[in-house]
Amino acid sequence: MDRNDFLQTLLNNPGKKKKATLPEPAFPRIQKIDDAADPIAGGITPYTGAWTENEVMHLLKRLCFGAPREQVVIFTGLTYEQAIDQLLNTVSTVASVGEPVKVYSTDIVSTPATDPDWAVAVGRLWINTPTNSGSVNYFRRESVKAWWFNTIINQPNSIEEKMILFWSTHFTIEFDTVDTGTLCFDYLKTLRQNALGNFKAFTKAITLNPAMLVYLNGYQNSKTAPDENYARELQELFTMGKGVDSNYTESDVKAAARILTGYQVNRTTVTSYFTSSRHDVSPKQFSTFYGDLVINRPLAQAPQELDDLLDMLFAKQEVSKNICRRLYRFFVYDDITADIEKNIITPLAETFRNANYEIKPVLAQLFNSEHFFDALQFGAMIKSSADFTVGMIRECKLRFPPKSNPQLLYRHLTYMGSSLMNTLEQNLGDPPNVSGFPAYYQTPLFDKLWINTDTFSKRQNLVNTLVNSGYSNGGFKLFFDVVDFARRMSNPADPNQLVLDFNKYLLRRTLSQPLRDKIKSDILLTGQTTDNYWTAAWNTYLVAPENLNNFSVVNGRLKALAQYFLSKLEEYQLM
Amino acid sequence: MKRRNFIRNTSLTAVGLPGALNGFGITAHTDDSYLGHFFPPGTTNDHILVVIQMSGGNDGLNTVIPLDQYSNYVNARTNIAIAQNKVLALTGTNATGLHPSLTGLRDLYNNGNLCIIQSAGYPSPSFSHFRATDIWMTAAASDQYLNDGWLGRYLNGEYPGYPGGYPTINMPDPLGIQFGSGTSLSLLGPSSPMGYTISDPNAFINNADGGEDVVPVNTPMGAKLQYVREVSKQAQTYYTAVKNAYNLPGNNNLVTYPTNSLTSQLKIVARLINGGLKTKIYIVSLGGFDTHAGQTNSNDTTTGAHANLMAILGDAVKAFNSDLKLMNKDQRVLGMTFSEFGRRIKSNSSGGTDHGYAAPMFIFGTQATGGIIGTSPALPAIAGVNDNIALQNDFRSIYFSIMKRWLCQDTGSLQQIMLQNFNEINVCSNTNCDPFQKPASVETVLIKNSPNPIVGSTKIEFKTAGGHTLIQLVSPEGMLIATLLETTYDRAQTITREINLSGYKAGMYYLRFQNDNNQQMKPIMKVQ
Repeated sequence: MDRNDFLQTLLNNPGKKKKATLPEPAFPRIQKIDDAADPIAGGITPYTGAWTENEVMHLLKRLCFGAPREQVVIFTGLTYEQAIDQLLNTVSTVASVGEPVKVYSTDIVSTPATDPDWAVAVGRLWINTPTNSGSVNYFRRESVKAWWFNTIINQPNSIEEKMILFWSTHFTIEFDTVDTGTLCFDYLKTLRQNALGNFKAFTKAITLNPAMLVYLNGYQNSKTAPDENYARELQELFTMGKGVDSNYTESDVKAAARILTGYQVNRTTVTSYFTSSRHDVSPKQFSTFYGDLVINRPLAQAPQELDDLLDMLFAKQEVSKNICRRLYRFFVYDDITADIEKNIITPLAETFRNANYEIKPVLAQLFNSEHFFDALQFGAMIKSSADFTVGMIRECKLRFPPKSNPQLLYRHLTYMGSSLMNTLEQNLGDPPNVSGFPAYYQTPLFDKLWINTDTFSKRQNLVNTLVNSGYSNGGFKLFFDVVDFARRMSNPADPNQLVLDFNKYLLRRTLSQPLRDKIKSDILLTGQTTDNYWTAAWNTYLVAPENLNNFSVVNGRLKALAQYFLSKLEEYQLM
Repeated sequence: MKRRNFIRNTSLTAVGLPGALNGFGITAHTDDSYLGHFFPPGTTNDHILVVIQMSGGNDGLNTVIPLDQYSNYVNARTNIAIAQNKVLALTGTNATGLHPSLTGLRDLYNNGNLCIIQSAGYPSPSFSHFRATDIWMTAAASDQYLNDGWLGRYLNGEYPGYPGGYPTINMPDPLGIQFGSGTSLSLLGPSSPMGYTISDPNAFINNADGGEDVVPVNTPMGAKLQYVREVSKQAQTYYTAVKNAYNLPGNNNLVTYPTNSLTSQLKIVARLINGGLKTKIYIVSLGGFDTHAGQTNSNDTTTGAHANLMAILGDAVKAFNSDLKLMNKDQRVLGMTFSEFGRRIKSNSSGGTDHGYAAPMFIFGTQATGGIIGTSPALPAIAGVNDNIALQNDFRSIYFSIMKRWLCQDTGSLQQIMLQNFNEINVCSNTNCDPFQKPASVETVLIKNSPNPIVGSTKIEFKTAGGHTLIQLVSPEGMLIATLLETTYDRAQTITREINLSGYKAGMYYLRFQNDNNQQMKPIMKVQ
């Protein structure tokens, strides 16, 4: 029995104490936050263990949003190298994700008759049309968010959408601060274009991105009135980080700010440009942390100072370590122990540097590792609100209105993707501040921050409403079709298998046999003991699905079952 | 933009560090997404209904035995019939007796605390456990398919908008409590379950949540799961209320209950009632009534599977009733039993009975109207395998009567709950429902606005009586959009404020005005 098999047996048999027989961890544990927790083992060496639905679900839940049964089945037919290869190399195109369209009516009070937005018809693209109207920009930002949420829901088998979310909470902006809808969309395009590309090139692109220049005041940064905001976050958050070995100084912030003077934004053309008269040409002296480097280009070469700055930053190993730590916490586990720092982060960072900051080799190494597939990783992360909501939408196949009716479609996308996600404390595009969502960085709680009494109740209410009445808006009802969900399982006529499948495809741990039996008996059999009562009801339904009696009998019980798994069982909060 | 406060997120302040978890008490969850909780609940009496579900289809003929048709009874089911001299006699009637194991119910009857409803059912019955159970739980007609339960509709009417905003000062406790996994269909409201579930009575007593596996917390997953479960308990707004009522000092069961799966639930119910919970509905259940074979022991028909169930039922109900009397809570509690159907008149050759039609219900408690409603079912001299007991009392009449007489529902509410009119049957006292009290409706307009419909901004005029005053903008779906005003005034006054709705989508909204106990909703229309 290998370690994972052993641990699975253990995890699935609550109550059995295991201390005496636990295999020795690969390396001793030095510090940890959950003192009670066993160490996650396995190094960065490639994983060679089992490749079953269990491992597939782990991979899909972490790299995508949710793991619909159909995808799990497909991926089980691949090798895990093929699976990771597909997940890292499948990328979207403009054709595949589309672009946000106008679903609002231009407001006659707040929008002058001369505003170009009047010319955009409902249902058409607004992204190439500037506007000066505050209310139009509000609706455009909502339109971007709805479109973005839609791309996440309709993701292919790819890590791309997860990476875009990652970068949006790394190179963070807030849409409501940036204000201009076209800039917000352009920012997301920059994230998408660079999500799996070269991190150094990405850092340059985001530095010059109009939305970022607005958000962190870069466009106001001039030689006569330097603004250090971006220069600070560039080092503190975006590259160097706040690790113990990150020892840049306040004077480094000031010097970097002076290098970045002169960039401005044209909101009409959605471009940034360099105004040499605003640029500070005096020498920029950096601290000993950066080797006392002086950056000092003549005005004609001033824009190249940014390249000099990035060369200087990326010469520090801290950059690669900071990014690898962030990736690790986002995809793997919150607690970076000294062992993990040494055995996982350090080699990953080395890979990152050796690959000249290409992102994919790092991801490939991490997701191919023994460490990633260690059984103790399974279910050890609390779902973000995006993982919870989008995962449920995808796993339960919640059907949205058709693309042919964009107004109706966006109305539902806005409700789920913006209003509701906001109450679940993950309003994509509008995180609380420049640091992004706290659960991705705030020690010591990290992912535990997603769950509090308020958000937990709201997650439960969301499930209960989707299962029971659904959300109706504009004549369209968004709801969880539990009968369709059951039909997608392996053998819904067998109540034991059905409960097992709900367990397998919704939760990351196997419930005990007594609990599964109780769920079956209390819910599917309505207190009866004969399995055949369910089997007969299901088969009767299949013979004549349109018969309301047949449907109602199975629908009612499956609703209760779905509610139990998604709302009552706390296991559903884990991935 | 200047870098903003690092911590804005309420989750940080709400949860704090892991060590602080044990330190913060129960918090009502703050979901504002429903309109209903803006309206105060209207329940004015302290009556409680306890429902006992007998799952599987109880054999009514061997439960309430028609002594006046005894020879036909024996002819129809010789192999399982109870000997006449073993049938428990009831004071004041020769026509009807009870199963020998129902001594508990016999005692209740003889004390005037048991109402026997003969031959309850509904027209065009279903013989499917599932469909029949759904019919009884939803109070649907045979050809009607309802997604909510009769008790869920009742609670929804009494506590509109639940769960948003609950618990309240008026209703700090679960509206309904049920035992078992999942949510009973009878407690399902139009859009949300209306009940709190105790998955496992034994686990409940032992302070565990029940309905979940014990998972080692010394694994990364186990530790995270433990964390979520802790928060879940806190978020189960009612967990502490229920536990506190149960564990109130001095709150003990005052009789010794026999040990069985029904008493394990009812003794908790008694303590929760005695502990002061304002919960209106309790649902407990007992399974095993699907007695297709071996219903009795062949050598002694007064023993066997069904006799055991009868003993469990009778003894449990009696102990529960006695306990409530000693607790001096019996005047507030009415109990009822139901099963999804009865069984055939004629027994089968395997010593059992197959799915049938009408069967008796019991209504019990100090406030039950003692006696028998209806007559013994008419049995044919030679019963065929498909012969069934004819319907005498539509179960929905019983529900209707309980709703009207016990839970004091007025005509309009009865229509909402029962969906049509039924005959009222004297199954219990109705003295506490007269005169019927509802809170006087607020006549005064407390908030108005002009202009309406609104293009950009509108003037709001509101009357505060002084004290805490709140005005919020609420979407038609009940989502809180903005808090427009929240302040405390030192005196009563009329105030005018202008609000700007530019940037809001066209459509219907509500202004929610709250001034201490007074609440009003003012619909407004935003136009482009």
